Amino acid sequence: MLATRVFRLVGNRTLSTSICLRGGHGVAKVEDYTLPAYFDRRESPLPDIKFVQQLSPEQKSLKEKEKGSWAALSKEEKIALYRISFKESFAEMDKGTGEWKSVVAGIFFFIGFTGLVVLWQRKYVYGDVPHTFDAEYKQKEVQRMLDMRINPVEGFSAKWDYENNAWKK
Amino acid sequence: MFRAALRLSVSGARSLTRSRPQYTASVAARSYSHGKQETDEEFDARWVTYFNKPDIDAWELRKGMNTLIGYDLVPEPKILEAALRACRRLNDLASAIRILEAVKDKSGPHKEIYPYVLQELRPTLSELGIPTPEELGIDKA
Repeated sequence: MLATRVFRLVGNRTLSTSICLRGGHGVAKVEDYTLPAYFDRRESPLPDIKFVQQLSPEQKSLKEKEKGSWAALSKEEKIALYRISFKESFAEMDKGTGEWKSVVAGIFFFIGFTGLVVLWQRKYVYGDVPHTFDAEYKQKEVQRMLDMRINPVEGFSAKWDYENNAWKK
Repeated sequence: MFRAALRLSVSGARSLTRSRPQYTASVAARSYSHGKQETDEEFDARWVTYFNKPDIDAWELRKGMNTLIGYDLVPEPKILEAALRACRRLNDLASAIRILEAVKDKSGPHKEIYPYVLQELRPTLSELGIPTPEELGIDKA
């Protein structure tokens, strides 16, 4: 209560200076953040202050009209009165921002960019593979493994048909 | 808190037999393990008395509403009627509309509560000239 009274003395919300003399020691500035604030919250439907603090002349006269019968107000006037007191309606404060779309788009973009970086790396950064990957070397390697009877029971050599010198069908 | 939820389901079952929608049961917000428990009627009566104070001021209205919305229940129409009449005494149409919005929000997934509340409040809304958020079009973002 006291804060709102001080606040009304101040008048303009942007002017946060207000003079409190305490026992002749000097002036204390009332900071903006110490005053009641407006916020739209589902769990606290009626905030401490109205949203619009400085009323234009039309709004002032509308406030006067509000003291009479509410049935006499038009739909636009009722909406105007609502907007004086509140910034966003429940529907507006609850609606999503669609930020998730930007986030997902960003994810895909950077994954794609990473893919390009990997391809470039493969081409320009990595050196040649060792000679042991050459086709003929590999062929000789397979032959040596078959000669050594690597895994002859169920593995590698088991799949080779030694009679016909071919892989088993 | 859990006992409040348990009591909600118990009194929800109770109010089924009274042919009220089963979710608008008001329950005592305090969960004591001893002492007398407040009944739904006492809770409602307490809040109706609070809002019916003839010289209620704006702070008390705000405090009452914010506290009431903080409870794990949707207020009974008679409490809301008293709150709306308090708004009328304070010449505050915007808060009256806000209260209706808060009731709809409080119902959560139970979509049948809000139409029921409006139906019960219809005489008061017409008498005081309070529009519903739907009539003003502010229920859509």
